Amino acid sequence: MKIIVCVKRVPDTETRIRIAAGGKGIDNSEANFVLNPYDEYAVEEAIRIKEKTQAEVAVLSYGPEEATKEIRTAIAMGADKGILIKDPKALVRDAGAVASVLAAALKGMQFDLLFFGKQAIDSDEASVGPMTAQLLKLPCISFINKLEIGNGTVTAQRDVEGGKEVVASPMPVALTAQKGLNEPRLPALKGIMRAKKIPIEELAPAQVKDRVEVISLELPPQRKGGKVVGEGKDAAVPLAKLLKTEARVI
Amino acid sequence: MGKNIVAFAEAREGKFRGVAFEAVHAAGRFAADLGGKAVACAASAGLTDAPGILAGYGASGVVSLGGDCLQKYSMEAYSAAIAETAAEANASYVFMPASISGKELAAAVAMRMNAPLLADVIEIKTENGGLIARRPMYAGKVLSWVRPVSEPAVVSLRPKMFPAGATSGAKGAVSEKKPSMDSSHIRAVLKELLKTGGGKIDLTEADIIVSGGRGMKGPENFKMLESLADFLGGAVGASRSAVDAGWRPHSDQVGQTGKTVSPTLYFAIGISGAIQHMAGMGSSKVIVAVNKDPEAPICKVADYVIIGDLFEVVPAMIEEIRKIRAE
Ligand SMILES: Cc1cc2nc3c(=O)[nH]c(=O)nc-3n(C[C@H](O)[C@H](O)[C@H](O)COP(=O)(O)OP(=O)(O)OC[C@H]3O[C@@H](n4cnc5c(N)ncnc54)[C@H](O)[C@@H]3O)c2cc1C
Ligand SMILES: Nc1ncnc2c1ncn2[C@@H]1O[C@H](COP(=O)(O)O)[C@@H](O)[C@H]1O
Repeated sequence: MKIIVCVKRVPDTETRIRIAAGGKGIDNSEANFVLNPYDEYAVEEAIRIKEKTQAEVAVLSYGPEEATKEIRTAIAMGADKGILIKDPKALVRDAGAVASVLAAALKGMQFDLLFFGKQAIDSDEASVGPMTAQLLKLPCISFINKLEIGNGTVTAQRDVEGGKEVVASPMPVALTAQKGLNEPRLPALKGIMRAKKIPIEELAPAQVKDRVEVISLELPPQRKGGKVVGEGKDAAVPLAKLLKTEARVI
Repeated sequence: MGKNIVAFAEAREGKFRGVAFEAVHAAGRFAADLGGKAVACAASAGLTDAPGILAGYGASGVVSLGGDCLQKYSMEAYSAAIAETAAEANASYVFMPASISGKELAAAVAMRMNAPLLADVIEIKTENGGLIARRPMYAGKVLSWVRPVSEPAVVSLRPKMFPAGATSGAKGAVSEKKPSMDSSHIRAVLKELLKTGGGKIDLTEADIIVSGGRGMKGPENFKMLESLADFLGGAVGASRSAVDAGWRPHSDQVGQTGKTVSPTLYFAIGISGAIQHMAGMGSSKVIVAVNKDPEAPICKVADYVIIGDLFEVVPAMIEEIRKIRAE
């Protein structure tokens, strides 16, 4: 079996966000970049399948030269090889453009399972997985938190509002990983050493257009909170009053 | 010539969800601004609500999508049916809910139509005869105004960010449509829908959320929060620490790796207000924090803060809220 995991290099969640001069981009010069947390679930799941079935796991990233670092993190966890579609502008493109580039590269590759994270924690689109699937005319199960591999089929579970869905599909299939799917491992030293030595294959991106234009970025208005109603249980009386008469929410 | 908007009305277990009315109402409002028509569409299989009620939210036409392929939800068939409806209605925009399945559907519809997608937007404006939208990025740390470079465009609306009010005097005709897809072409098939939460309201739809964190000390103490949530008709949420400790299911988690919620009233009980938690609830209208540490980040952003031991404060708070509600 062959598995491909699409992974993105993203600023970690602690990074303070600064809007770049011009107001249309983010200044990430001081950001600490990591493998997108949801993609870790995807990588981990692929490796677990590999450990059971001897599958081959490749990671694919559309990113700048520096994204080889995140590809190597995935290899250190246990993936077999890495492919970088190199483009210095990759990380700020819209989901449709990213999916088009990924789909163009994936057309020439063979796989049974195509994993994504549910969402990249910078762009927060939660769209690249299902978009890529649609472009490749593949079935897709998104936001999965449980997966069983059958004979040429998969059965996955996902949480929806007020319930759980069980969805089955033949392979090849695209899957997007949600928290709960597994606990991603930390790369072991041996894996880190191995990842250092593996050459990363490079591809040129297909030329595709962005479909969404950024007009302006702004920081959200600061909440002007911080009103201390009181201390201890006596504060419950004024709180209930404020909620009813000032905030009018109960 | 005006611009038409098609809105997809999501249903579950026979009933339209709140996000359906939000999408239809928004479509009605913005189609009017753009001099076009709003058309609502919904899959009719298993519906106990009449599709016609969508007209009351501002749609001048309702398309009831029948046919075998839509018997059960699937991204493949639903996205095909919505894209066909949009083409037939000559839509410039397709509005979808950014719900769990709405997110994948919107992505698939956009690719089927070779259209831009403005995902998970929280505000829409008309500008130069078209629409622009605002969407949060970086877990809400940045807001971005975006414009589709071409039309038609797909827009997914974050739940509870758009009003769902009925439009007085609105009337619209219901027409039937059978999508062209054959059900045998669906590959990812929904096998089962297991109900969770005992029919309780989902976090993303709740107007009031009572969340507990590590300060709750153990799963049994969440009973307090449940009784308050039940009394107020709300839902119980949790921080990641409470979920990771196994006190609450992951479906209760609020935050960057959990659910994004925008209730009218959010209680953060024994929650420090880490940036990843704030990412999920920062757009709540009113936040109440109960925390023994005045330096906890949540105390800086909450509208109302009580400093103290939650095991003393929460029972008193529940009692006072009951009293004042009874008045
Ligand atoms: C990639 C990533 C994603 C994450 N995603 C999420 C997410 O989706 N959601 C999320 O919530 N977190 C998330 N986190 C974790 C987040 O950083 C915090 O660790 C977590 O939110 C802390 O939970 P807490 O507030 O319950 O616990 P703590 O930070 O331990 O806070 C407990 C609070 O309770 C108070 N307290 C204790 N006892 C009492 C008492 N008796 N009475 C009153 N107050 C009391 C304390 O003063 C403290 O403020 C994520 C982290 C990372 C790195
Ligand atoms: N530049 C990229 N390269 C590879 N995979 C990506 C890229 N951007 C997004 N993805 C994948 O798509 C998922 C969803 O991203 P998004 O739709 O941007 O939230 C991520 O978790 C990744 O698995």
